[in-house]
Amino acid sequence: MIANELKKRALELLADGTVKRVLGWQKGEFEHDWSPALFETAEEMKGFVYGKYAGANLSKYCLKLNKEEGKTLVMLKPCDTYSFNQLLHEHRLNRENFYIIGVGCKGMEDQNGLLMKCTCCKGKVFELSDEVIDDEESRQPMPEVDRFEQVAKLEQMTHQERFEFWRNELSRCIRCNACRNVCPACTCVKCVFDNPGSGIASKANVTDFEENMFHIIRAYHVAGRCTDCGECSRVCPQNIPLHLLNRKFIKDMNELYGEYQAGEGAEERTPMTSYTLEDVEPGIVHERGNE
Amino acid sequence: MQKIGVFVCWCGSNIAATVDVKAVAEAMKNEDGVVVSTDYQYMCSAAGQKMIQDAIHEHQLDGIVVCSCSPRMHEATFRKTAEAAGLNPYMVEIANIREQCSWIHKDIPEGTEKAIILARSAIAKLRHNMPLQAGTSAVKKRCLVIGGGIAGIQTALDVADAGFEVDIVEKRPTIGGRMAQLDKTFPTLDCSACILTPKMVEASQSEKINIISYAEVEKVSGFVGNFTATIRKKARYVDEVKCTGCGLCMAKCPAKKGKNEFNMELDNRPAIYIPFAQAIPNVAVIDPEQCNKLKNGKCGLCERVCTAGAINYKQEDELIEREYGAIVVATGFQPMDVNPLNELGYAENADVVTSLELERLMNAAGPSKGTLLRPSDGKHPHTIVFVQCVGSRCDENTKRGKPYCSKICCMYTAKHAMLIREKYPDTDVHVFYIDVRTPGKNFDEFYRRAVEQYGVDYIKGQVGKIANENGKLMVQGSDLINGEQITIAADLVVLATAIEPDPTARSIGTMLTSSMDTNDFFTEAHPKLRPVESPTAGIFLSGVAQGPKDIPETVAQAGAAASKVIGLLAKDHLVTNPCVAGSNELLCNGCSQCEKVCPYGAITYIDKEVRGPGVREVRRVAQVNPAVCQGCGACTVTCPSGAMDLKGFSNQQIMAEVDAICL
Ligand SMILES: Cc1cc2nc3c(=O)[nH]c(=O)nc-3n(C[C@H](O)[C@H](O)[C@H](O)COP(=O)(O)OP(=O)(O)OC[C@H]3O[C@@H](n4cnc5c(N)ncnc54)[C@H](O)[C@@H]3O)c2cc1C
Ligand code: SF4
Ligand code: SF4
Ligand code: SF4
Ligand code: SF4
Repeated sequence: MIANELKKRALELLADGTVKRVLGWQKGEFEHDWSPALFETAEEMKGFVYGKYAGANLSKYCLKLNKEEGKTLVMLKPCDTYSFNQLLHEHRLNRENFYIIGVGCKGMEDQNGLLMKCTCCKGKVFELSDEVIDDEESRQPMPEVDRFEQVAKLEQMTHQERFEFWRNELSRCIRCNACRNVCPACTCVKCVFDNPGSGIASKANVTDFEENMFHIIRAYHVAGRCTDCGECSRVCPQNIPLHLLNRKFIKDMNELYGEYQAGEGAEERTPMTSYTLEDVEPGIVHERGNE
Repeated sequence: MQKIGVFVCWCGSNIAATVDVKAVAEAMKNEDGVVVSTDYQYMCSAAGQKMIQDAIHEHQLDGIVVCSCSPRMHEATFRKTAEAAGLNPYMVEIANIREQCSWIHKDIPEGTEKAIILARSAIAKLRHNMPLQAGTSAVKKRCLVIGGGIAGIQTALDVADAGFEVDIVEKRPTIGGRMAQLDKTFPTLDCSACILTPKMVEASQSEKINIISYAEVEKVSGFVGNFTATIRKKARYVDEVKCTGCGLCMAKCPAKKGKNEFNMELDNRPAIYIPFAQAIPNVAVIDPEQCNKLKNGKCGLCERVCTAGAINYKQEDELIEREYGAIVVATGFQPMDVNPLNELGYAENADVVTSLELERLMNAAGPSKGTLLRPSDGKHPHTIVFVQCVGSRCDENTKRGKPYCSKICCMYTAKHAMLIREKYPDTDVHVFYIDVRTPGKNFDEFYRRAVEQYGVDYIKGQVGKIANENGKLMVQGSDLINGEQITIAADLVVLATAIEPDPTARSIGTMLTSSMDTNDFFTEAHPKLRPVESPTAGIFLSGVAQGPKDIPETVAQAGAAASKVIGLLAKDHLVTNPCVAGSNELLCNGCSQCEKVCPYGAITYIDKEVRGPGVREVRRVAQVNPAVCQGCGACTVTCPSGAMDLKGFSNQQIMAEVDAICL
């Protein structure tokens, strides 16, 4: 069992002083609701769990731990390693502050079955790790699906239909900020929406377009950095399909600038931060937007 | 509360014909902070400027908005006006109601409404303006010339003559460029080498000129007055100082199968070679692809015969880093590749040649020592057909060539035809042309001489096909004047091939951030008024790199570029642009996104203790070098958290402008 092995290894690493704390998961209020948790002692580790409800991506929590004294053991599922790696690219984490165990994953679930993000799994490759704990079953690839299918449907709509689709979806947003707070790309030391000096929040607040503006700005800010980890849609209490917004950007960038997966490989210029002679001309981008 | 003055210009009728300027001035009187608003026929004139200065004094203005032409035109003018009246020049905003309004509207109410909106948005921005102080930066008194053709040589000579140091970086083993390959030159028919080589020698003997041959510019950073260039001097495996250019090595080298680039590959040269007898520097170079010693260690003959001990098989590329105040692009051209034009049969027939190849075939130093012999069998050709506009003036959609006219071909073909008829009167010469274009001093007279005096047969029409039938080149074309299809059996066909920018031009353009047109010719800052300057400050253009031209035009432009360079290098200091970016460390994530987009490499990172309300920690934060930043603003729009901001164009100022337009 991966969970037992994980626990055993974490206890060893705590005991021999390699790490000061362990970032993992613990049971939550409901059966299907496991949450991220920090364990500092063997005693605390009794609450550690790993299994099909450990969907939460722990990368973002590393930001705070990056400032702590001593190493943190962090457990990353294959897809989570992309987020962690992206944060390394952006110089937000120091690799040496973490001991990474790549954990095998057979697809995560919630009360409704397989998570949206697992229906289009990125594969079973770990972008980085110090060691891997998995088993035969967790190495099997998940069934392949086209993650852009729904985006393509949205693209087929007329401007008006699409506008109404998003107005309707986003009208449910209660601005709880859960999506932003869980997002491993939304990591600004001070978000523009929390900064009165930026003049953005004050402007957004006075119109009924507020939520729309929040999500549009956020989508632009994470364009080229979003790994499509699906956490935003997973945590939204209002079930807003935020991933569709991000995937539209990803699809566009793939088509205009060539296939790109944020968080993959070594640090490089992303499609949004590089200019090349092969870049499509603005006119072409404009035409596409006008379809 | 600020006191703002608004000045609406008529620009004669340029603005006033489509914008009710009085209405605009009147409307602005109601804007917050505006204490005076008026209009005038020509704001940029002495009287207009005085009007602004008087108002500044009289109303004690804190800032002014001039509603006029594009800031590219007169922003500097009005800044100076304000400064002379004691106002900080950066408290001036321009509302562009000409290019962005009157010139694109026809309807007066519409134009007026838009002008009012633009003026309002400029006022909104001005309310957030801060006085800025320009700094200065020292000018490096050295000029880099990229390309050592006649253009580069002439610019270098003129700049050196004014007393400044010049480095010519030439990618080939010798300077001279295409002109060195020509035989005689129109319209005077003087020998090309006879007028070029003295200039090459003069350049090499000048104390101020340093020729870096067989070298390419690899990287350029910095800005006007302060560029740093990295130059890769390729290994030539011969010590430039020791080599005397005696040529003994060339004679002894057993590997004689190298394509002779100087003779347009019409004959071969040894693996160690000097491109031509008058080469500068007159130093041999080893072609590593041909040399047996470098390929498999077997040979070493040249090392043994060289009495100067100049051969060095271990030589490596050398990287030179130097600082320059000005950079001149003189990268010239190459003939277009005509292989893809199947119907002309260039690829299959040795006797279908380009005009530049013909120059070599006719040249006394060429492969046939100046006797015109056809390449296939070395026989004298009796019928020669010239085909004009090959690859020039093409419909862009056909992708068969260039949309532009190469400009020099009509004249050099007349030259070729005339020289051939003069030397070989028994030869028939036919020229297929679309138009004959000969504007230029003594040019039309030259062409008429070819027709009238030398009996060259000019046929108006295009060539459809060239086929080889039993050793004869059957040239099929239309004769538009007689309205018939004709076929001429030729011994030699010469294609007046389009010229195109050197293939390295694009990368040089990217390196220098200087703009190019769709054909990869460098664009000038203004097509009429600033023809030798690139829009990028400190970069100047010389020769065919900027567009097709002949030698007289090239030399004239080279001199003009030199005078601009001299004007720049004569200054000790340049005023820097105070509109530079800066990062607010309290908001900066240290994410490196801005650094990735900065085209000038102005951004670096430091780990710094950041102190602010509730924070005290060491963070990685962005830092902008104000001397390098050009104020392009790329970083500010990339920064997600809004940490990066640009003085003079702050996020707040731009938001205020947008609000004034939209709300
Ligand atoms: C067939 C033919 C006949 C002609 N006959 C005449 C005539 O009779 N009369 C007349 O007035 N004009 C004539 N011309 C035109 C004349 O050749 C040009 O006007 C002239 O050569 C332009 O000089 P240039 O220095 O701009 O370019 P070039 O002569 O092309 O020189 C450019 C130089 O830059 C170098 N270079 C290029 N890229 C780089 C780089 N990245 N780094 C370093 N170096 C680089 C090249 O190696 C070359 O040495 C003729 C042209 C042709 C093709
Ligand atoms: S998590 Fe959902 S409800 Fe909360 S801010 Fe994001 S989109 Fe809105
Ligand atoms: S929404 Fe934008 S500013 Fe806010 S945290 Fe996300 S990326 Fe940063
Ligand atoms: S404005 Fe920003 S991107 Fe532009 S040159 Fe300055 S630092 Fe670089
Ligand atoms: S983009 Fe903004 S947050 Fe990121 S390093 Fe630059 S200034 Fe800092």
